[in-house]
Amino acid sequence: MSTLQYIILIPALIFVLMSVASGLIWVERRLLGIWQDRLGPNRVGPFGVLQVLADILKVFTKEDWVPPFADKPVFITAPAIIVVTVLITFAVVPFGPRAGLADLNIGLLFFLAMSSLGVYSVALAGWASDSKYSLLGGLRASAQMISYEVFMGLSLMGVVMLAGSFNLRTIVLAQRHMWNIVPQFLGFIIFMIAGIAETHRLPFDLPEAESELVAGFHSEYSGMKFGMFFLGEYFGITLISAMMTTLFLGGWMGPVLPPIVWFALKTFAFICFFILLRATLPRPRYDQLMSFGWKTMFPLSLVNLLVTGGIILAAR
Amino acid sequence: MLALLRALWLILLHTFKKRVTVQYPEQKPYVPPRWRGRIILSRDPDGGERCVACYLCAVACPVDCIALQAAEDETGRRYPASFRINFSRCIFCGYCEEACPTYAIQLTTDYEMGEYRRANLVYEKEDLLISGQGKYPGYNFYRVAGVEIGGKAKGEAENERPPVDVRGLLP
Amino acid sequence: MTTSFYLAAAVALASTLMVITRARIIHALLYFIISLFSVSIMFFVVGAPFAAALEVIIYAGAIMVLFLFIIMILNLGAEAAAQERQWLTPGIWLGPSMLALILIADLAFLISRGGVYTNGLYAVTVRPKDVGIALYGPYLLGVELASLLLLAGLIGALHLARRNVPEEGEDGTGIN
Repeated sequence: MSTLQYIILIPALIFVLMSVASGLIWVERRLLGIWQDRLGPNRVGPFGVLQVLADILKVFTKEDWVPPFADKPVFITAPAIIVVTVLITFAVVPFGPRAGLADLNIGLLFFLAMSSLGVYSVALAGWASDSKYSLLGGLRASAQMISYEVFMGLSLMGVVMLAGSFNLRTIVLAQRHMWNIVPQFLGFIIFMIAGIAETHRLPFDLPEAESELVAGFHSEYSGMKFGMFFLGEYFGITLISAMMTTLFLGGWMGPVLPPIVWFALKTFAFICFFILLRATLPRPRYDQLMSFGWKTMFPLSLVNLLVTGGIILAAR
Repeated sequence: MLALLRALWLILLHTFKKRVTVQYPEQKPYVPPRWRGRIILSRDPDGGERCVACYLCAVACPVDCIALQAAEDETGRRYPASFRINFSRCIFCGYCEEACPTYAIQLTTDYEMGEYRRANLVYEKEDLLISGQGKYPGYNFYRVAGVEIGGKAKGEAENERPPVDVRGLLP
Repeated sequence: MTTSFYLAAAVALASTLMVITRARIIHALLYFIISLFSVSIMFFVVGAPFAAALEVIIYAGAIMVLFLFIIMILNLGAEAAAQERQWLTPGIWLGPSMLALILIADLAFLISRGGVYTNGLYAVTVRPKDVGIALYGPYLLGVELASLLLLAGLIGALHLARRNVPEEGEDGTGIN
C-alpha cells in the first residue's frame, strides 16, 4: 500500500472504530435493558440511538478535574495509553481478504504485546490518582492482567501450531476447511475468559468494582479523561471480539455475504455475548479470580497446548 | 459450569419477556384514590371556603411547611387571610389532612409538581384553593356543627338540637 | 530503515539517561519502559521481529509491571525523592560515569573499526521458526538449564509466599 492510502485509511479506520465504540454505549445499555426486562435508553432520537451523542456531549462539557494531590504527568498520560495500545492493535487485524492496515509477520505476538501494555494504563492511573481506592484498583488490575495474560498467550499457541504462523492472515486462511473453534474449543474458551479479564469487563471487573472500590482505578477521573477509559474499554471489547473472530471463527470467511460483513457480524455476535455475560454473571471474589486463573485456566491451557502439539506430531 | 450456561440461556430468554417499564409521560401509572399528592384547600357545597384557620394543620405538620394567617369576617366566621405551603419542604405525610376538623385541607392524586425554580414550589392561597369539594362532596362543617348567628346561640334555632357537651361524662 | 534505527537508538539513550536522573521512581520507570520500547524497535529494524515482540511482552509488559506493582505497594513519598536527589550529587556519580565513559570509548573504537557487525543492518530476518529451531536444537541445554532455574525460582517464591499455618489457630486466618 502506498503512503497516500495509509494517510486515508488510518483516520478512516479510527473513525469507524470510534463510531463503533461509542455506538456500543447505546448497544450495551439497550441490551442490558432488554435482558433485565426493561427498555433501555429510547428517548433521544429513534430507538434512542442519539443517546450516544448526548453522552458524548455530556462527557465533553464536564469539568476536567485533576486532583491537586495527583502526579500530574502520569495522571494525564494514563488514559491515553489504553486507547493508543488498543487502537494500534487494530492495525494487524485482517478485516477482509485484502482489507487491513498491516500484514505483520508476528501479528499475533504484536497483539499480545500491545494487550500486555494495556496494564500500564490501569496501574498508572491507579497509582497517579494517589487515592486508596484507585491504588487498590490499580493493584488488582496489574495482578489480574499479568496473570491472565500468561494463559491468554498460551491458549493461542494451539492456533499458531495449526496454522504454523503468527501472521493473522495466514491463520485465517488456515481455517478454510474447518474453523479453529472445532479443534481448538478449549483454547477458544480459555482465550475468551482471558480476554474478558484482560479488558476487565464484567464479571471480571474487579479493578473497578463499584460496590467495593467506588470506581477503582478511575475514581479520581472526570470529564474526557474518564471518557478515554470508557472508550478504551469498548475498544478493548471490540478488539477481543475481532481477535476471537479472526483466530477461532474463520475471520472474514463465510458464504454469500461480502467478507467484511461476515467479519462485522461475527464480531458483533461476540460483543453481544460479552454483554450477555455482564447481564448474567455476578462478580467473583478476588482470590477466587486468581485461583481460578492459576489453578484451572493455566493447567487447562498447558494441557491444550500439549494435546494439540501431540496430535499435530502424530498426524504428520 | 452447567449452572453458568443455564443462567446465560435463561437471561437470553428474557429477550422475549414482557417489559415492566411504564413509558411515563405518555403512559401514566395507576394512582390509588388515597394517594397523598399535591395539597389543596377545598370549598363546601355552597362555594364558601371550608378552612376555619384553626392552625391545627400547621401544628400537625412535622416539617413546618404550612404557614397561615387567620382573620374574621363581619359575622365572626374565621377564615385564612393567607395560606402558604412550601412544597419543597412538604413530605406528603398527610398529617395536615388528618388534623383538619373541616375537611378543608386535602391531599390529592396529583404528583406532577416538578419546577425549575425552587421558589415556584411555594404555593400561596390562590394556588391551593380549588373551586370544588375534593374528596368529601356534600359535606359542610357548619351544617353538622351548627353556627352562632346574631342573637341565637348554637342549638337555639328551629329543628335544632343543643350541641353535645364534649366535656360532660353523661351519654 | 537506518534512520529509524538511529532514531530509536537516540531515544533509547535519552530515555535511559532520564531513568538515571529522575528523582521520582515512577517517572524513572516510565522512561525505562520507553527505553525498552526503543530497544524493541531496534530489534525489529535489524531483522529480529520475534525478539522485538518478546521484548515488549516480557520486559515491558510483565517484568516492568511487576516493578510498578512493587512501587505501588511500597508507597514511596517525598522523602524517597529527596534522598534520590541527594544521591544525584556529582561526587557520587562522577566515578562510575568516568569508568562507563572508558567503556563507551572502547566500544566506539571497536565500532569505528567495523568489528561489531559484519553483515550490516537488517541483513537477514530471523523468523519465529528459526528461533524455535535454534532454541530446541543447538541451545537445548541452555533452555533446559533456564527452565530448571525458573522452576527453582518458582518453588522458592512459593515457599516464601506460603502462609505460616498456625498451630493452635482454628480460625483459618493464618495470622499468628
